[in-house]
Amino acid sequence: MGTGRSLRWRISIPAVIVMCAAVLSVPRLRAQSPSFGVGRAPTADELKAIDIEVLPDGRGLPPGSGTARTGKDVYTSRCATCHGPTGKEGPQDVLVGGKGTLNTSKPLKTVGSYWPYAATLWDYIRRAMPFDHPGTMSSDDVYSTTAYLLFLNGIVGEDDVLDRTTLPRVQMPNRNGFVEDPRPDVPVKRRE
Amino acid sequence: MKPDQFDDRSRSRRWFLRLGAAWSAALVACRRQPGGKSAAGEPRALGAPIREYGSRSKFESAKRFVQQERQAPLEEAASQTPLHETCGIITPSSLHFERHHSGVPDLDPATHTLTIHGLVERPLVFTVDELKRLPSASRIYFLECSGNSRSEWRSSGTTDVQRAHGLTSCSEWTGVRLSTLLHECGVKPEGSWILAEGADPGRHDRSIPIAKAMDDAMVAYGQNGEALRPEQGYPLRLILPGWEGNANVKWLRRIEVLDQPAMSREETSKYTDLMSDGTARQFTFYMEAKSVITRPSAGDKLHGPGVYELTGLAWSGRGAIERVEITTDGGRTWQAAELQTPVLPKAHTRFRWSWKWDGRDAIIASRATDDTGYTQPNVADLIAVRGLQSGYHNNGIQFWNIASDGTVTNGNRA
Repeated sequence: MGTGRSLRWRISIPAVIVMCAAVLSVPRLRAQSPSFGVGRAPTADELKAIDIEVLPDGRGLPPGSGTARTGKDVYTSRCATCHGPTGKEGPQDVLVGGKGTLNTSKPLKTVGSYWPYAATLWDYIRRAMPFDHPGTMSSDDVYSTTAYLLFLNGIVGEDDVLDRTTLPRVQMPNRNGFVEDPRPDVPVKRRE
Repeated sequence: MKPDQFDDRSRSRRWFLRLGAAWSAALVACRRQPGGKSAAGEPRALGAPIREYGSRSKFESAKRFVQQERQAPLEEAASQTPLHETCGIITPSSLHFERHHSGVPDLDPATHTLTIHGLVERPLVFTVDELKRLPSASRIYFLECSGNSRSEWRSSGTTDVQRAHGLTSCSEWTGVRLSTLLHECGVKPEGSWILAEGADPGRHDRSIPIAKAMDDAMVAYGQNGEALRPEQGYPLRLILPGWEGNANVKWLRRIEVLDQPAMSREETSKYTDLMSDGTARQFTFYMEAKSVITRPSAGDKLHGPGVYELTGLAWSGRGAIERVEITTDGGRTWQAAELQTPVLPKAHTRFRWSWKWDGRDAIIASRATDDTGYTQPNVADLIAVRGLQSGYHNNGIQFWNIASDGTVTNGNRA
């Protein structure tokens, strides 16, 4: 009996060590959800590929740069068919002009007159443009196109360099044009 | 009412009864003749065999409205539900309205994943199969585009109920509560917004306050008892009950917890409501209480005086419909309609009201009140506050004109 007990101890001590190691290491490696044990941790490369949005303060902007001067060619070859030679002609969204029209009977909502953040323009060009070939523009091309559209709207100079530091500093004319939802905006009568 | 019409009808009924009696007598005579036709009457062909996936009768033709005259670019693609041809509260998946911004992607559920990351303790990638293993819920919710009824902001008086109001539909959605997933990832205290992003070519994205994400938001994979339709976000979509359709991101591939809204193009330059003073309302998520009579509605014709059922749909993004009232005199007097039960919060609610039409010109409309006490206003009341530039979130009352010849037309006028 005594021999049997000590044998069990000899077997079980390493077993306990192995089990502890398994309990401690497996969740860290697989990072599954705590209650249901599903999912896995994304790899750094996966997150880099999928985490594409750019916040108003510039978080998410990649290295690279461009100016309106370099952006003119990019715009002409990749954007002008839909948005017109100078961004005013369409047939798709008008991107240039409209300043001072928002409180009139014919408001023209463009990048220059309406968009509150330059970072949003950068984000959207990379995210969804050109419409029929999204995801095909280099970071430099996106910086350049952004710079060209801001230049056409009189917001930056032709040789102003836009990059991850300077782009978030661009002050858009309609930056303070947005208000919180005040609804219900007609009287609410509580029934007695 | 015209008494002569009833005389006509009873005359024709007597004629029909006499015809029926003659036909029965002929049948009896045939049966008595030995060697005549079979005892059961005319020979009948067998019906169609069973099939693996059903489709409707060839006699049915209800379909979504797709603008044909102008070839709209995919960025503006939309189709509208034939509200006048649906019954009850559920919209068939095949008739659920569509609105998407870069076409419908063809996603394989075996490879599609949902990544939750950002301000969380444990960023996680979930497969579709894994999400289906988690505690599920099925809920009936309407989904309405914020641009629904935009034509009626400055009505030309020409649209019908499908083209004017067909950007709302109602489905039973099945999926996982988003709060379940966020609890699994562990939201950090500074996490105050989420960004939801689709796997469509344009990577459509919207920011949502964390309070909504933790409240009743769902990651849905089921619609009306089967998988989501591709145009509704297959294999995964976000459902934000009662909130504008655009924020219910389809083809959901990523949720990032943030300490601020991302200020995406959709939530700054597009789905914002421009007021007459030049400011714009932003993050106008709620779809407020609304209703519309779907039958009779523009394009229908009443066939003479008599009893007609007025029926339609009411809904509110803030809760349950408490009552729906009907007018037949252009809004001077209102009477309560019957509500189909159970009345579900943030779902289409069917209402019905029996009307005896006297054959004279009439203007009919419905107005809904929800359980917050909010009553659907006139469009003019909304325009008085918001001005003429914003057509989004139009929940104004829809009037239909009924002429003495029974013709029904749009009764809204700018």
